[in-house]
Amino acid sequence: MSNSEDHDHDHDHDHTAPPPELELRVKALESLLVEKGLVNPDTLNEIIDTYEHRVGPRNGAQVVAKAWTNAKFRQALLADATDAVASLGFMGRQGEHLKVVENSASVHNLVVCTLCSCYPWTVLGLPPAWYKSAPYRSRAVSEPRAVLAEFGTQLADTTRVQVWDSTAELRYLVLPQRPAGTEGWSEAQLAALVTRNAMIGVEVVNPPETNEASR
Amino acid sequence: MTDFLLQPKNADGPVFKAPWEATAFGLVLALHKAGAFTWPEWASYLTAAIESAQAQGDADIGDTYYEHWLAALEAIAQEKKLTGINELVLRKDQWKSAYLNTPHGQAVELSAGV
Repeated sequence: MSNSEDHDHDHDHDHTAPPPELELRVKALESLLVEKGLVNPDTLNEIIDTYEHRVGPRNGAQVVAKAWTNAKFRQALLADATDAVASLGFMGRQGEHLKVVENSASVHNLVVCTLCSCYPWTVLGLPPAWYKSAPYRSRAVSEPRAVLAEFGTQLADTTRVQVWDSTAELRYLVLPQRPAGTEGWSEAQLAALVTRNAMIGVEVVNPPETNEASR
Repeated sequence: MTDFLLQPKNADGPVFKAPWEATAFGLVLALHKAGAFTWPEWASYLTAAIESAQAQGDADIGDTYYEHWLAALEAIAQEKKLTGINELVLRKDQWKSAYLNTPHGQAVELSAGV
């Protein structure tokens, strides 16, 4: 009987196939850290649940929609974003500061973290894979307009692109321009238009007609 | 060069590709919360792990991010004397044996690997 070629383990069920090496390394760390009392398993589960299910770009969309409809909040947000988003219940865990950068007809803001992947988790959740990739991290700085074009974003020649490099202490959120055709819309209606990519700055928020047309 | 665009960019996408990524992520936040290290310290370990992977030929297009994260966690845990390399290797082998010693369908307990 040849067992070296047996990949599907259907011969008998006297053992469980060990998981891949990466998973074993995590299990080793987790069990040791919990055993030593360095990590509380309830805290660990709560953290994972929060980031898997409770924080995400909808938090940021709510911040943007409020800034579009409430001049006082917008002012507070641009003056001290950390405080302003905390007033909506979105608090950072790493003691980091948040800065909101506002797009206008003359300036378009783009956020990157050239060193690793610092990102405003509290308002955007965890970053998408491309944000963490080496090509994005370098090209957002060296040729931001080409990167924007790849996301389908064409800016007027007169619009200046401002790139913001995040750090462990300071993260950025882009406040996109409110699209035309949304006069009188509620915060909830506006928030539904705001995409994660627009808050990173690789896209703009499209007017509602354009959204319908592209669907 | 549009390789980073191969990753999903419109949908929000799954946050973690596998449960081990979520656990590795959560362990770092839990240790930070417990005061084991500062966040800038962590960022410097993560940056070093990414640079080291790139130097070894990782294309680093975002799909190996949590592998870098895990390598950085192992490094900072040893540097901060939260655990040691021998202990980690031993424990990993114990888990592997535990799987091999546990009949299929039953919950795998570490004690089965000791």
